Amino acid sequence: MTRTLKTTYVLIILALLLAPLVVVAAVSLNGPQTLRFPPVEPSSRWYGELFRQSEWLVPLRNSLVIAACAAALSVVIALPLALYVWQRRGVAAKALTGMGLAPFALPPVISALGFMIFWMTLGGYGQIYATIISHGVFLVTLPLVTISLGLKGIDPLLIEAARVMGGGRWVVFRTVILPLLIPYMVSGYAFAFVLSLNEYIIAYMVAGFTVETLPIKIFNALRYGYTPILAVVSVIFAGLSALIFGLIGRFGNLPRLLGAERITRD
Amino acid sequence: MTDMPSQTAAPRWLGLWPAAMLTLFFLAPFGIMLAVSVAHRDVSGFYEWGFEWDSYARFLSVFFAKVMAVSLSVSLAAAAICVLLGFPFTVFLSAMGHTAQTRILVVLLSVLALSEVIIGFSLSTLLSQTAGIGNLFHWLGLIPEPRAYTPSLFALIAGLCYIGFPFAVLVLYPPVSRLDPELIEAARVMGASGPRAFFGVIIPNLRGAIVGAFILVFVFTLGSYLLPQLLGRSEHWTLSVHITDQAIYQSNLPFAAAMSVFLMLVALALVGLASLAGRERGAA
Amino acid sequence: MTTLRIEGLSKLFGTFKALDDVSLEIPDGKFVCLLGPSGCGKTTLLRVIAGLETPSAGRVFVGGADQTLVPTHKRGMGMVFQSLALFPHLDVADNITYPLAIRGVDKATRRARAEELLDLVRLPGLGARRVHQLSGGQRQRVAIARGLSINPQVFLLDEPLSALDASLREHMQIELRQIQQSLGVTTVVVTHDQKEALTMADLVIVMKDGVIQQAGAPMEIYHNPANAFVAGFIGTTNLLPCEINAGAISVLGHSLAAADGDRIAVSRGPASLSVRPEHVLLGAPEEGLRAEVTFVRDLGESRHVLMRAGDQDITAHLPPGGALRVAPGDTVGVSFRPGERVVVQ
Repeated sequence: MTRTLKTTYVLIILALLLAPLVVVAAVSLNGPQTLRFPPVEPSSRWYGELFRQSEWLVPLRNSLVIAACAAALSVVIALPLALYVWQRRGVAAKALTGMGLAPFALPPVISALGFMIFWMTLGGYGQIYATIISHGVFLVTLPLVTISLGLKGIDPLLIEAARVMGGGRWVVFRTVILPLLIPYMVSGYAFAFVLSLNEYIIAYMVAGFTVETLPIKIFNALRYGYTPILAVVSVIFAGLSALIFGLIGRFGNLPRLLGAERITRD
Repeated sequence: MTDMPSQTAAPRWLGLWPAAMLTLFFLAPFGIMLAVSVAHRDVSGFYEWGFEWDSYARFLSVFFAKVMAVSLSVSLAAAAICVLLGFPFTVFLSAMGHTAQTRILVVLLSVLALSEVIIGFSLSTLLSQTAGIGNLFHWLGLIPEPRAYTPSLFALIAGLCYIGFPFAVLVLYPPVSRLDPELIEAARVMGASGPRAFFGVIIPNLRGAIVGAFILVFVFTLGSYLLPQLLGRSEHWTLSVHITDQAIYQSNLPFAAAMSVFLMLVALALVGLASLAGRERGAA
Repeated sequence: MTTLRIEGLSKLFGTFKALDDVSLEIPDGKFVCLLGPSGCGKTTLLRVIAGLETPSAGRVFVGGADQTLVPTHKRGMGMVFQSLALFPHLDVADNITYPLAIRGVDKATRRARAEELLDLVRLPGLGARRVHQLSGGQRQRVAIARGLSINPQVFLLDEPLSALDASLREHMQIELRQIQQSLGVTTVVVTHDQKEALTMADLVIVMKDGVIQQAGAPMEIYHNPANAFVAGFIGTTNLLPCEINAGAISVLGHSLAAADGDRIAVSRGPASLSVRPEHVLLGAPEEGLRAEVTFVRDLGESRHVLMRAGDQDITAHLPPGGALRVAPGDTVGVSFRPGERVVVQ
């Protein structure tokens, strides 16, 4: 196949992926309360509406608080886990890695039901902290993967050099390992943040009736008919995700974060 | 040489904190769920601890056989389409320049991160009568009247492909981009045409990765909860929907837990298979 | 007749000029080394010949036929890649006969050919092995056998021995040269190792910044470098700034009369004098340029004397067992063997 054909193929698929978002973005500009495409009486009034109606503002705030705290929790669990597992082989290290990766490899509804029953048994069902902890544990996989990748990239000689020059374990960690890991921690946080923001089933089953997050609110609103405000929220969410991943791509090496390791030629 | 703890950068006690957190908040919920799945259902809404197989026995009905069959075949179809489309996409993607790759990865990640609610809403808008392709087809003169394409099996599979595709590409991306580009060049120099090099060199070398990606996308779409409700009809509901339905609306936690355990076993078996398929190449 | 002819080849990557108007002709059956530092364009030239890169300008002729726009897979070349690029999903024999399988050759013929080639590269009976079961040197041989399996018009090798350790590499250089001579296939090897080039090549092409600096037989290039870059890149040499005036070479304040055999490519003005260390002669301080010995390295087979004269370093390689005894700090008189002096721009 020629280069042109390959590029065309890639572009067609990207267009298909973006098509629903483009339609939704257009629909969000409808003036009246209708979902027409192309939009009628284009206006941006629904964007203002979102920030005036408390029925939308509360879920928005919930979502942001949960995502920010849950992502922090997942990094706080993943960092020591990754450090512990690094340079260690053994049953404990394997079991820990397995536990860190498992939540993400299983259909989320399983974890969701597990969390729901857990919080019902312990109390805490319906509380925002239950959602935060559940998300934090569920999303540990993401910072774990990025931080492990960062650790893999650290030349062991650097650490030996620091040790020879008189650095104790803590000093080596603070002055050599941590600075090299920060980009990976930031991207792990960002990944977890975006996914928590968009997560539905766990948030719904753990505290869906009392702590409404935006995805839950959207789904509830869908039952009462479609309004352009749904499109507005979708656009903002998609835009926010794209912005965060775009920043990671701009300031980090996204292909490498996602596992590319191309042999370079001179 | 053994792993002397004093040689490693992290002290041993550092593992305690994540171990405690994951045991308390990940293993314990699973344990409780396991216990609930064999508990006795209390019709008033909760359950009494006990040990009985009643909830598992309920699987043995025509109705749940059907649910399972629908869940599996819908996910299988979606996974097949995703890998079929995603594999060439990934191969072409990984041959692009760094900037182009980064941009496309941003798009894929953004789509992957999108909430199922938003994807369901977007697609149902796209497939709706007033704003979507029905309108476009009518405008192009292909169909006499604008029509809606949702809810339908087609819409559901389209939705599952939409969430599965970026996932498939991201799973395939590391092995594909690590494949030595000189392998393909070597095949070309030795006389292989483009398609021949693709089918004779790229695919055999990545067979494990392809099988692995297929299974992971399959498990991923199996867990879809909202799309079947937003884009499909009630006969297209998947196991995930039924689990939630039983847990929240039917208040039958033991049965929901039993279904979860069952789904987990299926998923674990498949993920195990996927990692075996991935390892096959690692040995080579 | 598979003469390889390159005419006016240029290749741009964006604004970077990897090849700049390169022309050369390689006669049938010759072994050619493209030699130069990394980034000099040698690999790009090889890839253009293979059809893996399309040139921005210029043409490639193989056996008189214009191949510039022929796609890679229709060129009938043999190639060994830097990473070797052996297929991990095929066994050794299938790797070697991959080009034959592509061309629809039947299985029995392929098997016979694989055995023949394995004998040629001295790996008899290893056809059923997997690639990952082979050592580095064995993989090297399999890659060479694979490149030769269709009796290619031209055999191309991109830094083929760079992954091997020093002693194995020397061994493979000799073996590769012997195989090439027994088959008589036109061969082009890219290398940055000048010793490798001198060991194997009929013709060495020295490149820098996408431009051919000099093309010629190894000893011709060694003894008669076209410019200071070539003189410095091939072997070791002393490069001293000098001034040419009426046939005399003025260096470090001394005037030397040109002797028979001296190669002086500059008629007058400033230039560089290149003298190989083995042609630097030492004597009493009054017998030439005064230089101070800074270091003496005795290697048994020869003695290297490092000296400083004015603001220049000079190295002499003396045969073993010479009567002259020098130590750091001594002052000696340096002269250059008449007939072995080369003056270049």
